[in-house]
Amino acid sequence: MFGLNAKDTRFLLIVVFLTLATPILLQPFPESSSLAQFNAGYPDLMQKFAIFGIFAIGFNILFGLTGYLSFGHAAFLGVGSYTVVWMYKLLSYNILPGLVLSIIISALFALVIGFISLRRSGIYFSILTLAFAQMSYNLAYSVLTPITNGETGLQVYTNDPQVLMGANSPTSPHLFGLVMRESVQVDMGGWLFTFNIGYYFCAIIAILAFYISLRIFRSPFGMMLRAIKTNQTRMNYTGLNSRPYTLAAFVISGMYAGLAGGLLAAMDPLAGAERMQWTASGEVVLMTILGGAGTLMGPVLGAGFIKYCENIFSKINDGILHSWFAFLPDGIENFLVTLVHPFVGKGWHLTLGILFMLVVIFLPGGLVEGFQRISRLFRSKRVKDGPRRKDPEHHPKSAPHVAE
Amino acid sequence: MEAIILQILNGLDKGSAYALIALGLTLIFGTLGVVNFAHGALFMIGAFCAVVMQRLLGLSYEQVDPTKTDFLGNPLKVQVPYVESWFGPEIGGAIVDWSVPLAIVLAIPVMVILGFVMERGLIKHFYKRPHADQILVTFGLAIVLQEVIKYFFGANPIQSGAPAALSGSFDFGAMLGFDPNVVIYPFWRLVYFLFSLVIIAGVFAFLQFTTFGMVVRAGMADRETVGLLGIDIDRRFTIMFGLAAAVAGLAGVMYTPILAPNYHMGMDFLVLSFVVVVVGGMGSLPGAVAAGFLLGILQSFASMNEVKSIIPGIDQVIIYLVAIVILLTRPRGLMGRKGVMED
Amino acid sequence: MTNSNLTRRGVLKTGAVTGAGLALPTIFTSRASAFTNEPTGSTVTFGFNVPQTGPYAEEGLDELRAQELAVEHLNGMGDGGMLQTFSSKTLDGTGILGKKVQFVTGDTQTKSDAARAAAKSMIEKDGVVMINGGSSSGVAVAVQGLCQEAGIIFMAGLTHSNDTTGKDRKKNGFRHFFNAYMSGAALAPVLEKAYGTDRRAYHLTADYTWGYTQQESIQASTEALGWQTVNNVLTPVGAGDFSSYITPVLQSGADVLILNHYGGDMVNSLTQAVQFGLRDKQVNGKQFEIVVPLYSELMAEGAGDNIKGVYGSMNWNWQLQDPGTKAFVKSFGERYGRPPSNSAHTCYVQTLLYADAVARAGSFNPCAVAEALEGFEFDGMGNGPTTYRAEDHQCFKDVLVMKGAENPTTKFDVLEVVEVTPRAQVEYAPDHPMFGGAEASLGECNDGA
Repeated sequence: MFGLNAKDTRFLLIVVFLTLATPILLQPFPESSSLAQFNAGYPDLMQKFAIFGIFAIGFNILFGLTGYLSFGHAAFLGVGSYTVVWMYKLLSYNILPGLVLSIIISALFALVIGFISLRRSGIYFSILTLAFAQMSYNLAYSVLTPITNGETGLQVYTNDPQVLMGANSPTSPHLFGLVMRESVQVDMGGWLFTFNIGYYFCAIIAILAFYISLRIFRSPFGMMLRAIKTNQTRMNYTGLNSRPYTLAAFVISGMYAGLAGGLLAAMDPLAGAERMQWTASGEVVLMTILGGAGTLMGPVLGAGFIKYCENIFSKINDGILHSWFAFLPDGIENFLVTLVHPFVGKGWHLTLGILFMLVVIFLPGGLVEGFQRISRLFRSKRVKDGPRRKDPEHHPKSAPHVAE
Repeated sequence: MEAIILQILNGLDKGSAYALIALGLTLIFGTLGVVNFAHGALFMIGAFCAVVMQRLLGLSYEQVDPTKTDFLGNPLKVQVPYVESWFGPEIGGAIVDWSVPLAIVLAIPVMVILGFVMERGLIKHFYKRPHADQILVTFGLAIVLQEVIKYFFGANPIQSGAPAALSGSFDFGAMLGFDPNVVIYPFWRLVYFLFSLVIIAGVFAFLQFTTFGMVVRAGMADRETVGLLGIDIDRRFTIMFGLAAAVAGLAGVMYTPILAPNYHMGMDFLVLSFVVVVVGGMGSLPGAVAAGFLLGILQSFASMNEVKSIIPGIDQVIIYLVAIVILLTRPRGLMGRKGVMED
Repeated sequence: MTNSNLTRRGVLKTGAVTGAGLALPTIFTSRASAFTNEPTGSTVTFGFNVPQTGPYAEEGLDELRAQELAVEHLNGMGDGGMLQTFSSKTLDGTGILGKKVQFVTGDTQTKSDAARAAAKSMIEKDGVVMINGGSSSGVAVAVQGLCQEAGIIFMAGLTHSNDTTGKDRKKNGFRHFFNAYMSGAALAPVLEKAYGTDRRAYHLTADYTWGYTQQESIQASTEALGWQTVNNVLTPVGAGDFSSYITPVLQSGADVLILNHYGGDMVNSLTQAVQFGLRDKQVNGKQFEIVVPLYSELMAEGAGDNIKGVYGSMNWNWQLQDPGTKAFVKSFGERYGRPPSNSAHTCYVQTLLYADAVARAGSFNPCAVAEALEGFEFDGMGNGPTTYRAEDHQCFKDVLVMKGAENPTTKFDVLEVVEVTPRAQVEYAPDHPMFGGAEASLGECNDGA
């Protein structure tokens, strides 16, 4: 089905199911329980999961397949966002023109930056992309303030032209009248599920993005990219010019980033310059490696993992800690609160840093490897000494890099 | 003319910091082949060694002064440093005043030990892993280190000044025959520049003139062969990691009077130092030093009003612009060797 | 330690426990309630969105302390703080309209995106009716816009840019803190008295929107005194080493350096300017001087001795002697062992003002609350008689001119109050060109229904 073999079709269907059921799956605890703090099924975070999932899937097409480590993908994210907000300002709050244009403009941007940066490889390539992105960020934050509105972030003002704006048009982002912000809430005996239009829009695009990436991974083009990663020199000796292939991969991943940036602005009509900062570029690198570079699902898992930490752990304050441990005697309660305190709330960075280290030390293949180990554990219990299935996602063997 | 001399001095000063950080980073790249994202954090820890020294020297007991009151109206508790009560206010005060240079004594063992522990405990296991994994684990470590510092010292910058004798400025121009009061420069910045030259010279001399250095250089060129010769190169690499950490730490200690240390200063320097290293050329120590000073001076010139009025914002992008131009004209930076980190 | 459950959505907390057995799915959209996050249970939730990581984390922490204290006072715990001195007496320490106040916290990271994400999670997940806090203007404008769209009230924390109640003003957003224009207007007379009318000023300005408005304001007020502006140089945010921007100052013939920097940039640029010996120089026969238009006591601490004798302005300071200030300092000091900063003060006051407006309006509906706040006149909150102007939702009150103390006794009094500039001197028309001119408008009130 869909031009995929049976295994991949099943895989895709699982992804589709998981994506569509996210509002339910991420809300495992009833609202009244003290664990509701860990529920992540609210629109903004779910949208972020889908959008950063797209961003990471796109990044993985470049990094996972060709091994080129770009440190400047945030520039495309920012360009996408600015494009969409400018379309709001000029035309109307309909997100379609902006999204289409954000893909086109980020593709052009990626073509230029990629064409220059891909003249070098390895760390030289990384620094070139980093330099372009940091230049974009610094300029957007300061000198380009008339275009980007600088630190405040680009937003829509009432005196903007908005030429296509009708009298009854919604005053927030929408797709032909389907307002992104709106949602339906279902209260099921203590559980509250929020089905948000914006999330489902992102989810559908994310599924499409995933499908395209799946096709790229399985295509001869994808094979070619992998060959570049394995040994570019040998490719060149066979008389094949690898540059057009890497450039194509770079532009495709730039388009994914532009689309993700556009979607950010489509869910929330404001584009901040920080989106282009090196930390944002670094974040997508971390998401991809953390989840498992070169695997299909890994980057999405990594994106979800980081965004979850950022949004959930940072909100746990001392008051909440006390309410968790309230059932214990006072002395133990205070002791536990002091113990957990440095890792949550303002200390959420610390938790993130420790988790990064733990994952990369114990799971060299990222989170995906963790899941594979768990499922292997179950499988080997069921079928003793059965033939182990080969890694369905073409998990790349990490090539040893010895100091030269 | 005066303006240009001053900007060259500014550039050399900025360049000293860039060069020292890049030097340490290159030692790690070159010897161990590890992309160390925690190097900025090492610089930051060095700076906080100065803060700790200041605190240690300032350790004090409370003395209630009934003549004054604090903000709640209670009698004021005056903090009297122990050193002042031991050595008398004059000598004690002088010791506290010189806390930044004295912190070097603290920073060297702390940084070397930290370097050893990092290398033996963590980095060692990542030699054979892809660079991406090295980035992730050292970045995680950098976050942990800076969060620990934030936990103990807070997020605000902490002032730790230069000794009073060196905190003034020096009429540089009068010596060179300019009008007085035109080309003046703070003493401490000159001290920092000289200090960095000494450290750089020391590292080069160590690698050039000692047997240990010779082996390490051989190891940088061809690790396997040196290993086959029966030399325990691993132990030497550990020591090199300690040395690199110490260089970063010392750069941080002496920089505190110029830049009040805060917990995220390492991240601010991280990206920049990578750009410096790559512009200098991977694995080349002279390249890293040269690129540090070059970028420092160019950045200073780009900050001049005359230049900014022609190209607004040039001071914010000059480093990246130079990096792009150099990498496009010289494929491996200024002095990089073929094949290092190009895969 | 109090074990009050300070989180979760009050609505469901009470409703769901009783209805858990029934388990009948009830579908409702946001339209079902009268306005966004209408509190229906016995509690109401506030959102405190402050920087907990990044360069302003310390300021955020102090804001959080004050907000926590405000909630305690609203719920009748502690000594009541400024509730005793507040001129409006509708709050009685039993919560608001019979509902206990709870709060949730978030991390803005001093980034517009992260701040909006944190605010959204508070609105969507925790059901807050009001968001308070922040330590930068970019964040304030971004979150204010979000609250306007979502239909809840935004009570700005520390935000000093003219834009917050200028071209970016919003019907659902309110600012108690003063702004760049007021800083300029308050400083000018003091600068005239101290340094005379014949001065040549050189500006170093942080290269982002707050810096621009601060520079524009102070330039206008000093030029009105007869000062000349020699140059205005934009410096990158977080530059660290400002030496290349400081050295040209000496050759420019200027005799005053105005540092339009805040936070870490201010600490570094001021320290380095002093290191370059600027303050020891005589130029044009006058002593060279440095001015820092916006002070923050937390950052002043970081600048150490370099701040001595340097003028700047503040919204409020704990050393004031009015009853409101004293009550707040006592309450805060006894709880946390340090005097409150002016960002803590503004967040505390904003929380009480919101609660009071709700109580007077008799409703949590943001439109009713906004109406109650517009044109509201009050006193006893540390700033003397204050008005929330209806046209732009900016508070008008006295502004403090501060100077670095020559002989501080503790690290808390490194700044001293030089003058309390009366409110009349810092007032301006709502359609002032620096505040978006005639085009700026609050727009319509949004209650999310």
